[in-house]
Amino acid sequence: MLVSATDTGLACTAGGFHIDPWRPAETALITHAHADHARPGSQVYYAAAPGVGLLRRRLGADADIRPVDWGERLAFGETTVSFHPAGHVLGSAQIRIEGEEGVWVVSGDYKRDADPTCAPFEVVPCETFITEATFALPVYRWKPGHETAAEIHDWWQGNAASGRPSVLFCYALGKAQRVLAELATYTDERVFVHGAVDALVAVYREAGVAMLATEKVDLRRKGDYAGELIIAPPGAAGSAWMRRFRRASTGFCSGWMRIRGQRRRRGYDRGFVLSDHADWPSLLATIEETGASRVLATHGHTDALVRLLRERGVDAAALETLYDGSGDDQ
Amino acid sequence: MRDFSRLYQELDQTTSTNLKVAAMVRYFSGAPAADAAWAVYFLSGRRMKRLIGPARLRQWLYDSVDLPDWLVDDTYASVGDLAETIALLTDAGRAAPADDRSLADWLETEILPLRGLDAEEQGERVKRWWATLDYEQCYLLNKLLTGALRVGVSRTLAARALAEAADLPRPVILHRLMGQWQPDAGSFERLMSPDDGEADVSRPYPFCLAAPLDGTHPSALPQAPADWQVEWKWDGIRAQLVRRAGRSFLWSRGEDLITERFPEVRDAAAALPDGTVLDGEILAWHADTGVMDFGALQRRIGRKRVGAKLLAEVPVVFLAYDLLERAGEDIRHRPLAGRRAALAGILPDGTGTLRLSPTLQAPDWGGYEALREESRERRVEGLMLKALASPYGTGRQRGLWWKWKVEPHTVDAVMVYAQPGHGRRASLYTDYTFAVWRGEHLVPIAKAYSGLDNAEIRELDRWIRRNTVERFGPVRSVRPKQVFEIAFEGINASRRHKSGVALRFPRIARWRRDLGVGDADDIESVRALVPS
Repeated sequence: MLVSATDTGLACTAGGFHIDPWRPAETALITHAHADHARPGSQVYYAAAPGVGLLRRRLGADADIRPVDWGERLAFGETTVSFHPAGHVLGSAQIRIEGEEGVWVVSGDYKRDADPTCAPFEVVPCETFITEATFALPVYRWKPGHETAAEIHDWWQGNAASGRPSVLFCYALGKAQRVLAELATYTDERVFVHGAVDALVAVYREAGVAMLATEKVDLRRKGDYAGELIIAPPGAAGSAWMRRFRRASTGFCSGWMRIRGQRRRRGYDRGFVLSDHADWPSLLATIEETGASRVLATHGHTDALVRLLRERGVDAAALETLYDGSGDDQ
Repeated sequence: MRDFSRLYQELDQTTSTNLKVAAMVRYFSGAPAADAAWAVYFLSGRRMKRLIGPARLRQWLYDSVDLPDWLVDDTYASVGDLAETIALLTDAGRAAPADDRSLADWLETEILPLRGLDAEEQGERVKRWWATLDYEQCYLLNKLLTGALRVGVSRTLAARALAEAADLPRPVILHRLMGQWQPDAGSFERLMSPDDGEADVSRPYPFCLAAPLDGTHPSALPQAPADWQVEWKWDGIRAQLVRRAGRSFLWSRGEDLITERFPEVRDAAAALPDGTVLDGEILAWHADTGVMDFGALQRRIGRKRVGAKLLAEVPVVFLAYDLLERAGEDIRHRPLAGRRAALAGILPDGTGTLRLSPTLQAPDWGGYEALREESRERRVEGLMLKALASPYGTGRQRGLWWKWKVEPHTVDAVMVYAQPGHGRRASLYTDYTFAVWRGEHLVPIAKAYSGLDNAEIRELDRWIRRNTVERFGPVRSVRPKQVFEIAFEGINASRRHKSGVALRFPRIARWRRDLGVGDADDIESVRALVPS
């Protein structure tokens, strides 16, 4: 096995490195900056150049982070490694590893849908494909992001007409910026953001991503937010911070919102189906397009995906990892 | 059906009561009467009988999608709602031409006539609908087929919207919504008209409900002991007995007409003067030993027709609490003291099938407390306090009617099984089975679904996933580790339960993180609670 799961994380012994290790390692290759993939403590990090800004925020100023260009070939031990766009969030990468056992690709988290905030997914042919399986059930099927953005816009305008604020909960890294970029098709109004979102929006702006103008929700401002759109991380739901938005309608942006019960039990008024993960048709199409003869599935509904692939004659198995696949979509 | 489907979504997509009412007012003001009549049917909590069973729907779903059956099953288990799973799985690349047929048209010319068709023809039609309706209407259709359409509003809230749309007082709407509701245009027009003319002779009144005292001592209430009518809180079936136009109707609180299930009550009602409506409780009552436990009454509840043997073994009485209509006149607005006096005039408080609920007298709260202590041995749930000055209100009355129940029993029990809930609790483990010790083994005694807050539910869900021992379909057995205090209202001996006991209204009182499994109760101590 060129790559296997160890206590430290996904390890490539032949190359002498780990991918997205969950414990400190000597050399860490990082697919993207979400918390369950980019953890502090390793000695040296390698990451796709467009994602370094986000990673720096996660790991701190002292971390030794080395940017890698898309497709640049690096030698690690007996292997050759390159980073390729995964289309998940800004700078998210798949990692291609070529060794004696052929070509392996670790997908990290990925999606196939258009996203104005990051480079689109690149199909990288390989023999073994390690894929995520967060939404690996046939009910998970996404509409194009701009259609969901139109629904969000309609909801916001509807609330504005009755003088209510709209509070949209999105994960602060990736989803919030995607929504801000997609909404620019429909409006040029300014959007309020929670402090946690604000800091990451700044990193995206530095990277040249075009988004709606934003203003941080001011802790002193007691004013009325009637008619405004406010983007906040899910953790802010139900907190004292929310009290300033009187009579607010609340929405949540996530792939999980495809299921009514998931929305109802979280108590949001509206659920918007917008995910940065591959939906069911994309997972199957991607696996086929890579031409992989072996598929290892991580986090999510791995059981169903593995069984289906096996029935179709693909050598498939689940790979136990500590990625929860919810860190960025809950 | 599109307009109703939109209303359904509007109600589903807000937690604000005002917005829900506004959406319903909009709908009722604009919809054709025939559609609005069906909407009233569903919004007032009525449910159609199931047209198609889940097994059949599932089979048609297998036929309709290009997926292995096991994957459809896995998906259903994850979504937790069959109607939704179908709508989601058949959603791929649906042409969805506009369907503008009305709700009434759909129900009356398409959905209800399915009943007369053979399974194959039913399947053909339903599969064709799935392929053509848009997602929201497909979901609604499936809910109608399974008879499980629930809309997230109470009848009181629907009545508020109807009252606003019709510009009538809400109690009038609530009363007109009672009893049988024919979902047709005429019914809706009568509902909304200033005067609904000749009322249905069977129509009951909205029940007046008491609020729980919840730990408050009645001495903290503004009224003095002498201002209350105090009665036992009986544990039977709350019901209204209507005698009008020479006919008798017995209604349960759920508004099921149960006249034929209790022929002794029906026969006794023939002696009531015409134009009488009584509020009371149906109780299993043995001539020698008095009230029997709820388990005995349960044997009667399930039967549409009652045999002579069961009639003899479990005879019932109707214990009258209140008089709502006298000589055809609605007297609900009069003070309870007056209604009670009139009731006593109608019912000789003897030993007949219809009898007066006894009132209790004590000089002070201490005296009533002592009576309340006798509740368990008397097979009642505690005391009822009704202000002598109170009218017979609609719905739950805080301040005028209180139930002062005895403290529930509790046991400490170990969680042994868990399964996912439905609807908003789908894919979360929220339905638990609890066990107590019998020697070295744990024997299940109760299932409980409620009592934890959301954070606890999520934490427990994660724990269950990591501590599963075995899976049986959706049910997981878990490592016996977590102890909970289970509260319940009553306990009966039961031959149908492995533990030999059946608990009434079990729920989780507390998560006892401080207790180990060894601290859980054993079955002997639980059995000791069974009244002899």
